[in-house]
Amino acid sequence: MTRQPLNVAVDTVGVATATPDEKQPWAELGLKDDEYARIRDILGRRPTQAELAMYSIMWSEHCSYKSSRVHLRQFGQKNPKTPRLLAGIGENAGVVAIDENIAVTFKVESHNHPSFVEPKQGAATGVGGIIRDIIAMGARPIAVMDSLRFGDIDHPDTARVLPGVVDGVSHYGNCVGLPNIGGETVFDPCYQGNPLVNALAVGVMPRARLQSMQASGTGNVVILLGAKTGRDGIGGVSVLASATFSEDGDEDSRPSVQVGDPFEEKLLIEVCLELFDTGLVVGVQDLGGAGLTCALSETAAAGDGGMHVDLELVPLRAKGMEPHDILASESQERMLLIVDPANVENVLARAQRWGLLATAIGEVTDSGRLVIDYHGQTVVDVPPASLADEGPVYERPFTEPNDLALIAVDRAETLPRPTTDDEIRQTVLDMAASPNLCDKTWITEQYDSSVFGNTVLGTPHDAGVLRLDERSGIGIALSLDGNSRFARLDPYVGAQLNLAEAYRNVALTGATPIAVSDCLNFGSPEDPHVMWQFERAVTGIADGCQKMGIPVTGGNVSFYNQTGREAIHPTPVIGVLGVIDDVAKRIPLGLGRTGDTIALIGTTREEFSGSEWAWATHRHLGGVPPLVDLDHEMKLADLLASLAGNEQIAAAHDLSEGGLSQALVEAIAHSGMGAQILLPEGADPFTYLFSESTGRVMVVIPRGQEQAVRASCEQRGLPITPLGVADANTDGLHLRDHFDIGREEILAAWKGRIAEKLGAQGAAG
Amino acid sequence: MSARIGIVTFPGSLDDRDAARAVYLGGAEPVRLWHDDAQISGVDGVWLPGGFSYGDYLRCGAIARFSQVMDTVKAAADAGMPVIGVCNGFQVLCESHLLPGALVRNAHLRYRNAPTRLRVETERTAWTRAFEPGTEVVFPAKHGEGRYVADEAVLDELEDSGRVVFRYADNPNGSMRDIAGVCSEAGNVVGLMPHPEHAVEALTGPSTDGLGIVASVLSHLSEGAVR
Repeated sequence: MTRQPLNVAVDTVGVATATPDEKQPWAELGLKDDEYARIRDILGRRPTQAELAMYSIMWSEHCSYKSSRVHLRQFGQKNPKTPRLLAGIGENAGVVAIDENIAVTFKVESHNHPSFVEPKQGAATGVGGIIRDIIAMGARPIAVMDSLRFGDIDHPDTARVLPGVVDGVSHYGNCVGLPNIGGETVFDPCYQGNPLVNALAVGVMPRARLQSMQASGTGNVVILLGAKTGRDGIGGVSVLASATFSEDGDEDSRPSVQVGDPFEEKLLIEVCLELFDTGLVVGVQDLGGAGLTCALSETAAAGDGGMHVDLELVPLRAKGMEPHDILASESQERMLLIVDPANVENVLARAQRWGLLATAIGEVTDSGRLVIDYHGQTVVDVPPASLADEGPVYERPFTEPNDLALIAVDRAETLPRPTTDDEIRQTVLDMAASPNLCDKTWITEQYDSSVFGNTVLGTPHDAGVLRLDERSGIGIALSLDGNSRFARLDPYVGAQLNLAEAYRNVALTGATPIAVSDCLNFGSPEDPHVMWQFERAVTGIADGCQKMGIPVTGGNVSFYNQTGREAIHPTPVIGVLGVIDDVAKRIPLGLGRTGDTIALIGTTREEFSGSEWAWATHRHLGGVPPLVDLDHEMKLADLLASLAGNEQIAAAHDLSEGGLSQALVEAIAHSGMGAQILLPEGADPFTYLFSESTGRVMVVIPRGQEQAVRASCEQRGLPITPLGVADANTDGLHLRDHFDIGREEILAAWKGRIAEKLGAQGAAG
Repeated sequence: MSARIGIVTFPGSLDDRDAARAVYLGGAEPVRLWHDDAQISGVDGVWLPGGFSYGDYLRCGAIARFSQVMDTVKAAADAGMPVIGVCNGFQVLCESHLLPGALVRNAHLRYRNAPTRLRVETERTAWTRAFEPGTEVVFPAKHGEGRYVADEAVLDELEDSGRVVFRYADNPNGSMRDIAGVCSEAGNVVGLMPHPEHAVEALTGPSTDGLGIVASVLSHLSEGAVR
């Protein structure tokens, strides 16, 4: 069958009114019977094609948070009140005050499914999307972080997905000119068909530059800035196309994953900041998921009136796009601006100076409606809030998984352990070489870390540290962490353990944690067991943040990370932001100088369930996760900030996956020094080295400060145990009365694993 | 009055702020220059920074070569003005034929970022005269297209005339003869892949060796001689 020429009459509001019984593909677009009925109710007629596309997108899980909303309310209800919070949940990204002049905005977001389909572009556009959220708040983006989860490192598909994802994060971040200051890479078979790509971006601004997404002021002009609009990322709405194109019109299908252009994004950053600094915009919103549909309805809903748009003015890069295509397109690198008519010429000129397209496409009205015309015919006429704010809310059923009680009694503490010194020595090396603990340089060296010249600590430190002000030395620390095995065993405790780890990692640099952003990756919300995991994890985070006095400022939810009936482990990934008064006093990773004391703060218990050791050596996941003690974490953070401020600490490292053994391996590898360790009398070496009891840090205390540090610990009721000394003349690890492992042997086990497994070129890198 | 060093911003330049900081910390005055403006405002030297000029979708530096500012920079360089190109700036200088050779995809085909040890091979350039020849410096190298190539005759000529300015101690990208940086015949134009502007503060860089680059050009400008 040959294709008919594309000369379809546009489905206007008039047509819709005249043809109330026209069949519409609402079910194919993911809308339920009652939702379609509600749309008809809102409009008093059937929706036009364009309207149906807009409702189906805005009322999707992705945009409306319809399954998660009832639970996410807890963040608002339990968030501690803090004068630092300048913008919170519901904005593009949370904004917190750093001092009387500077504010910081940060957010973590997922781009999971696209990264499985097309790893490089999926990951790249994930980074691009989160950067635009930061711009939309008025900030200059200053760094990114990435939290990546893949299937087994030995699975052939991991060799496809991982290099592509890393290339995408690298390409976009490097070309847009942002340092990558940290993150994590985790392997677990539960992510085989559902890799997770979570990206965090952070930006800084003068407090007075905070922007709004409101389309206010009747007569103000709506300007679309940046890339042309094409067919990329139209995704689900293509069902409308198949209704109008010929039935075998396969030639019209396009990849559903968008393609990013970091150069265009770099220009967007520069132009937007110039416009913000010169006070030329009234409102701004980024175009991300749901493209113009989302940006138009959200800005109009946030404003005090309505909006009129002439859709044919939108610059297109593909022929034959219909109104619903233009409205649904997810073409990247676009922003929407609301501008006073007197400033329009200036705005267009500034965009042109940077070689960026800017087009007036509409204006703010006092109609209270979002009206969109296409060549003079009205194709959309809706109350904007019905799209943006009044989507469906589900109270999905949730029940505890049946297998949880069985898993809880299958404790890792009962697994066979290495007992002889030789066996334990080999376990140190085997763990260092295991996929989750081995050196990740092959990945991180593909990221720029130094552009802007403000990266004080980056990978492989527990948290990244950025200088914000060269004169005062004030800066921020950021950590991004998840541990889904703990969350699988107990999502409430697991989520709090994640929170505690990210909090501790920030504190370890000497910074004081002040705010949280979370990315909640789960299976299908239609599965009551997944919904139970979600409810428990959200409650855990909300309770934890309330307890520790740090608000959740925003984040995102990613559901449907499952293949068939197999859901991923519940995976909350948590970003914590901290502030440090003088970045010169930050605490690095390492072993300080020869003669410095190595000590452990915190209590080591026999806790192996959910541990890296149980997984790496037995492929075991069972039991209950380690004890979480948020009071203790707060005291520890207070201690570390005090020690850093008084310069009483030379280095520190978190004890988490792999326990003390891995902390020593990393400190030795990073510092080039050796460690002489003497375990406390009566301590079981295996437990001491591999337990994953939390709330523990390894600290390196400069000579002469031992008494003062001990006193500071005792004052706070924190147990401190001396473990040994740092020594440049010791070759690697000397565990007195047990064994020695030379530095070369440690490095041989720890380095080069990723390249070797992926069979990648340049293994020496 | 301190020397004025112009730093060019092309669309897609990324290390322009860092270059300005390095110039400032080194005791000179940074002056911002714009790609589309032939005026270079009476500067005493020019720094072409790293980044991805015009997106570098064609060939790195291939479009920047045709910018308004490069016409002026070329003329000034021919007249003896000190010009340095770092990373993308080096690529622009090669594309502009101010320096010989070309920078192509790394041998291992990946972008790679690591502190890199370099040997300063000659002090007889406007940008290295503050170093002792043979000095080892540490600058971050971060690029995907940094493998220096040229034909054998050009390489021999560069070696013979002492125009190899920096050489890698551990070649990170497959550059011919471990070359990290070269200079023009007169020694006033220098290009290198690693980033001296990211090695100017102990707090943020792997060294402070990059300050020697600014010290060199200041010394060159105050004495008004190249060789």
